[in-house]
Amino acid sequence: MEEQVTAQETTATAERVLVLRVEGLRIVLDPSGVDIDDDVSMEIHRGEVLGLVGESASGKTTVGTSLLDYQRRGAKIAGGSVEIDGIDVLAMDAGALRTIRGGAISYVPQDSSASLNPALRIGTQLMEILEVHGFGASQADREARLTQMMAEVLLPSDKQFLRRYPHQLSGGQQQRVAIAMAFANRPKVIVLDEPTTALDVTTQAHVLDTVRDLTRSYGVAALYITHDLAVVANLADRIAVMYAGKVVEIGTRDELFDQGHHPYTRKLLASIPDITGERALRGIPGWAPRPGQRPPGCAFTPRCDWAVEKCSEAFPPVEAVSPGHQVRCWRYQEVGAQHTATDIQLRDKSLSVPQAEEKQVISVRNVVAYYQHKETLHDITASLSERRCLSLVGESGSGKTTLARCIAGLHPHRIVGDIEFMGKPLARDARGRSRATRQAIQYIFQSPYSSLNPRKTIAQILSQPLKVFFDLSRSEMEERMVKALEQVALDSSLLSRYPDQLSGGERQRLAIARSLAAEPTVLICDEVTSWLDVSVQAAIIELLAALQRDMGLSMLFVTHNLALVRSISQEVAVMNDGRIVEYGLVDAVLEDPQADYTKKLLSDTPTV
Amino acid sequence: MSTPEIRVNDSELVEPVVIQGERRPSEWIMMLREAWRMGRTKIGVGIFAAIVILAVVGPWVAPYSPTEFVAPPYSSPDIPTTWLGSDYIGHDVLTRVLYGGRTVIVLALAATVIGLALGVTLGLITGYARRWIDESIMRILDVVLAFPQIVLTLLFVSILGPRLWLIVVIVGVSHAPRIARVARAATLEVAQRDFVRAAEAFGIARWKILFNEILPSITSPLLVEFGLRLTYSIGLIAALSFLGFGMQPPAADWGLMINENRIGIVIQPWPVFVPVLLIGILTIGTNLIADGLGRALIGIERDTGVG
Repeated sequence: MEEQVTAQETTATAERVLVLRVEGLRIVLDPSGVDIDDDVSMEIHRGEVLGLVGESASGKTTVGTSLLDYQRRGAKIAGGSVEIDGIDVLAMDAGALRTIRGGAISYVPQDSSASLNPALRIGTQLMEILEVHGFGASQADREARLTQMMAEVLLPSDKQFLRRYPHQLSGGQQQRVAIAMAFANRPKVIVLDEPTTALDVTTQAHVLDTVRDLTRSYGVAALYITHDLAVVANLADRIAVMYAGKVVEIGTRDELFDQGHHPYTRKLLASIPDITGERALRGIPGWAPRPGQRPPGCAFTPRCDWAVEKCSEAFPPVEAVSPGHQVRCWRYQEVGAQHTATDIQLRDKSLSVPQAEEKQVISVRNVVAYYQHKETLHDITASLSERRCLSLVGESGSGKTTLARCIAGLHPHRIVGDIEFMGKPLARDARGRSRATRQAIQYIFQSPYSSLNPRKTIAQILSQPLKVFFDLSRSEMEERMVKALEQVALDSSLLSRYPDQLSGGERQRLAIARSLAAEPTVLICDEVTSWLDVSVQAAIIELLAALQRDMGLSMLFVTHNLALVRSISQEVAVMNDGRIVEYGLVDAVLEDPQADYTKKLLSDTPTV
Repeated sequence: MSTPEIRVNDSELVEPVVIQGERRPSEWIMMLREAWRMGRTKIGVGIFAAIVILAVVGPWVAPYSPTEFVAPPYSSPDIPTTWLGSDYIGHDVLTRVLYGGRTVIVLALAATVIGLALGVTLGLITGYARRWIDESIMRILDVVLAFPQIVLTLLFVSILGPRLWLIVVIVGVSHAPRIARVARAATLEVAQRDFVRAAEAFGIARWKILFNEILPSITSPLLVEFGLRLTYSIGLIAALSFLGFGMQPPAADWGLMINENRIGIVIQPWPVFVPVLLIGILTIGTNLIADGLGRALIGIERDTGVG
């Protein structure tokens, strides 16, 4: 907290030197001329971090890359200007652009494992960027800078480390190398495109710290692109909220968090999981429309509680709430006047106390599991009671997914110990289990992009469990499919469509519907929201919680996000290195964590 | 790192390129479209179509019967009567050329289909089953691969005698290991996706998973492989005919014609030259198609990250 205050003071007192000014930027799809982004304007000052927040398809990445005058195939910049220190980047020729990219302005991509050259040692790659831009006067200068760069991102700079190839580094280390490269030539502007999305919370916390320190100490103007408001909450000085290719609100972090004037900003805030557990999660129904499918007027209208007739007719002009705080909404004054507390719905805590008589549905005793010949789960004992939800929390490699898969009969390697369902031992492999057991335990996968066969229609996908588990006539089958879609709030007209016609959130709903069609008693959810936007995540969590409650399901909820745990489960098992390090009722564990690891996870989880 | 966390394609980390509501056509249709845009594919299809039409329509427009004696052996072309002259026993060369394409094309197609069916089945099984099934089948296929296709075929044909169905089967079988490798590689990639896990968790039969879940996702590389193997089939079948293991005289067949008339090549080159040319052009055509498909496949993979 202290650190934030001082940081704010420095920005406030120091001269506000304007570095980057984006004016009326417009980007269109190439031959069709459909808008991806329109009328995007923003300013970033020295040493300032501007968070650019929006859901998938809001056009935020496209804005980020256009600051370097780069567009992916099929898009082009159709208007506006991007000025760095008063010089228009968009007007530069190819030679000037080569000099400025990686020099005055640099870019940190989302997935650094894909952006580092796998065939070059990291030392070579880092040196290359210094040489290309002619950093320093001599090789010795550059070598000194290289050592300094590595120190800045808290990586070792010894020869041995620099001789490694990217695949020999962890995900977090790779991302640090990418950040070191971005800061190599002391740029004026840096664009960070969701650099922590693929990382664990602990690693994410380190990377965010690094970014914060480097931008402040070098006086860099940084644009931090993310879909997760919580990530920028402690990092950004100012925040710009984008929706459907337009900036709908921009202001200081505090202004937006305390008194957002756009309904979308408010909804985004309400969808952030609350680690204190007081607030219920609230998703935003629907999804952000893609280019070419955006409704006229204000594109948020169909998802907005405040919408009036005027909203679908014309896009509102820029209104200044205060100097530096601008919003584009017809009803911004009314929205702003409502206190943020009214957005909050308190969490239903009735289930969070121990129940009197608990019947164990799944129990795991002294389970040891192997991956090939390596022991990855050590002596796990846990149980899931009827109508309860148990969360398994841990970072990647903690064994949480392995445990879930052992229970689901999807772990193809050796398992020792007892796994029981309703008091009867479970076969290791799903194929070895009875039809009734396979039906009772349903598993929902992490990525809905991978778990739904792209070659099958939605009807074919939903008919899978129905055909295997029930003997139904054609019309009964159809009826069940429609019912399953209704349960997850999807329209039955989708039956003849294919999964790639759905958004990520809809796909995950479909995956849930497929599991529900089997009429299970236990639902295992494996990181089911990790591929989704925060706003969509909230909606999925709401749905799962409601289903669990209404259908009396027992649920095993696997997640890396500790903040989500309270919104969905009553019990939690924290896992690290294949062991359960802490296990108990959610409120007790999160309010008074005993294990050091739990404490560390809690402190690293970004909160608002 | 110890747990088998499933890493999905990196392309899925970024926003998916598809637009909701618009059905993206199947990958193999996209591949066909992409391939069709290339000049080489159009030329290839043109050549292939022309030769197929020639072979199919030929017998109806042929001026004589293929076994009719029309002129003394090795007569030079005589425009109104024998356009390409006569062959070693006095049949009309043009007539025999028009009759002789069917066998090569039909046998080559049949052999390729057999090879594809067998290879795909083996590839699916090995790619999905892994472990000892994979190991044992693939090692056996390696042994088969070690023999040149023509040697393998000749071996069996010389043991079992020159029968047409046998040639088709053996050429097909000799393709299978190569096709199996391609199918296996594609299967390995698809089999680790979660929709296969989901089907396993429901307890769906293995063969259904192979043919209903996995096969539709690997059609694109198989299409490329089909084009490629067809080219080899044409060459092999023609070679076997030339060597006397295919159609038997007096049947009209391009490969056989080359053999029959090669002694007289100095006095009457047409009965050798024309079949050689046609077989050559046909393989160039199928090869261009396969090449176009292959390039389109790489392009599609680059764009969508889907294998």
